[in-house]
Amino acid sequence: MGAAFYLQNVLGGLAYGSLLFLIAAGLTLVFGLMRILNLAQTAFYLLGAYVGLALVTHHWNFWLASGAAGIITMALGLAVYSLFLHRFHTDPLTSLLLTLGFALMLDDAMLALWGGDPQSISPPAFLSGSVQLGNLVFPEYWLAVIVISLAIAAVLFAALQRTMLGVIIRASVDDEEMARGLGVNVNRAFYLVFALGALLAGAGGLLGGPITSAYPGLDGELLPLAFAVVIVGGMGSLSGALVGSLLIGLVNAFGKAMFPEFSYFTIFVPVALIMALRPQGLFGRTP
Amino acid sequence: MIVAVAGLVVAAALPKVGVPTFYVSLLTQTFIYAIVAMSLDVLVGFTGLVNFSQAAFFGVAAYGAAIAATRFHVASFGGGMALGIATAVVTAAIFGLIALRAEGTGFIIITIALNQIAWGLAYQWVSVSNGDNGITGLTRPPLFGLDLSGNTTYYYVCLGALLVALLFLGALVRSPFGLVLQGLRETPRRMRALGYDVWLYRYLALLVSAAVAGFAGVLYAWYNQFVGPVDLALDLSTQFLIIVILGGIGTLYGQLLGALIVVFLSNGLSAITQRWELILGAIYFVIVLYAPDGLVGLGRRIAQRAQGRRGSLAPTEPLLAASGVALTAAEIDEP
Repeated sequence: MGAAFYLQNVLGGLAYGSLLFLIAAGLTLVFGLMRILNLAQTAFYLLGAYVGLALVTHHWNFWLASGAAGIITMALGLAVYSLFLHRFHTDPLTSLLLTLGFALMLDDAMLALWGGDPQSISPPAFLSGSVQLGNLVFPEYWLAVIVISLAIAAVLFAALQRTMLGVIIRASVDDEEMARGLGVNVNRAFYLVFALGALLAGAGGLLGGPITSAYPGLDGELLPLAFAVVIVGGMGSLSGALVGSLLIGLVNAFGKAMFPEFSYFTIFVPVALIMALRPQGLFGRTP
Repeated sequence: MIVAVAGLVVAAALPKVGVPTFYVSLLTQTFIYAIVAMSLDVLVGFTGLVNFSQAAFFGVAAYGAAIAATRFHVASFGGGMALGIATAVVTAAIFGLIALRAEGTGFIIITIALNQIAWGLAYQWVSVSNGDNGITGLTRPPLFGLDLSGNTTYYYVCLGALLVALLFLGALVRSPFGLVLQGLRETPRRMRALGYDVWLYRYLALLVSAAVAGFAGVLYAWYNQFVGPVDLALDLSTQFLIIVILGGIGTLYGQLLGALIVVFLSNGLSAITQRWELILGAIYFVIVLYAPDGLVGLGRRIAQRAQGRRGSLAPTEPLLAASGVALTAAEIDEP
């Protein structure tokens, strides 16, 4: 276990963690704003991967396909939100069970459409090489994913801090009733945030495809990681989602490398520590 | 009471009047699921804890008994049962320390994560759990010299187990301990002001519930003669919760009806179509939208409609409001 081992896993963990951020950002914002715990969020990711792959095999540009996959996922997410979830944003258990029923249906539909075999997704040609650093070999695409996700995170933070819409979202997370009372159109913020969450997860599906590939059950594997991110970071906090994602990504990478039989179990450690020391999460506020 | 006795007589007579063994087997599964659903109802309906890791307690007990039997040659009924239940209680003791730091929705999120982690352990820890292949080759140990290998005999054992669990949990929720739990469900803050250790009572409720779920888990391991990661999957935890909602939250005995419907429906669907998960997901939607207060509530609304009174079939109360588990209110209640 030389320096190369650590560097390899640090970079791998950061790449995986930045994918987790694309999933967890929507999860935490939707929960913070509407108290909806969206169990279909990782199914959105898988849908994005499958749709994006279908577009790429039809000779679409990789980045364009990723955006389109995000938009298609967003349309589906908005349909489910406006038809069913919208009525239940004060009732966490109902909305949670609805998203779970929806995830079951979506999973089965994807299995029917794309079959049970794992589908590998290749990165765009100009990023398919690898970087060599001493005896460390590292895929270029992983670095690209880290850069892209951090760029998306930067845009999200800027939008949340600097735009009027961001102000409305933050105000509604803090005190929905007061925001409503002041004449803010909170409903618009609800739709927007749910759409954004689905868009990021769907687009992330193809972006992450070369790392995670796409297969039935991938969403179930990602779900506890995304949940661990939200627990560690604090529910409703975007900064928490970013720090939590990178942390869980790193723990997951080292766990897989050092204790292959317990790679899932290793994420239990940060979750247990956070619950013992700071139950509201790193960036969560005391209720 | 009369319904209960009549139901018991019918249940006892069923295998004797030529009901096909396939249905006897499904009914056995129904009894086992009903025990788990009742144990979950103690948490959801009586304590106000919506636990999404009940399948983890059920599954680790099944694994505990299976591993004890196949590796350590624990061949007795009592030995396997005791080890299985102990595994479930230890798991709940660990889960409780973590999950009970949160309340309301936070508790839900953490129990979902913990259930998935338990599943991951069963799936990946191949040297102990045999991974996705699961543990096979289990045999049912004799009970007081009675050979349980026949499905009809085992049906009666599980029917008896259901009665024992129902009587035990029924007595539990009526006991002073159970009354404290119901107080916690309604107003945790007031109970704290009255000097009750809220955390401790919730923790004990979790341990008792896990012990009963573990009892069912061991019965299931012997019923199926196989234990695999599906037996502690999150999907199964949700299925147990759906049974509780369908049977009526806070009714205990209603869970038998909920289990009957869910077991027969999922088996029936998987027999006729490959797309049964799609239909099951749709059924979740229907139950949550139209019968969050259980079949009894739905029946009442249909009857009102038949009498010509206007009203929506969908209830106006949010899910669980009837039993007092208003999650947002619980969160506001706690400082």
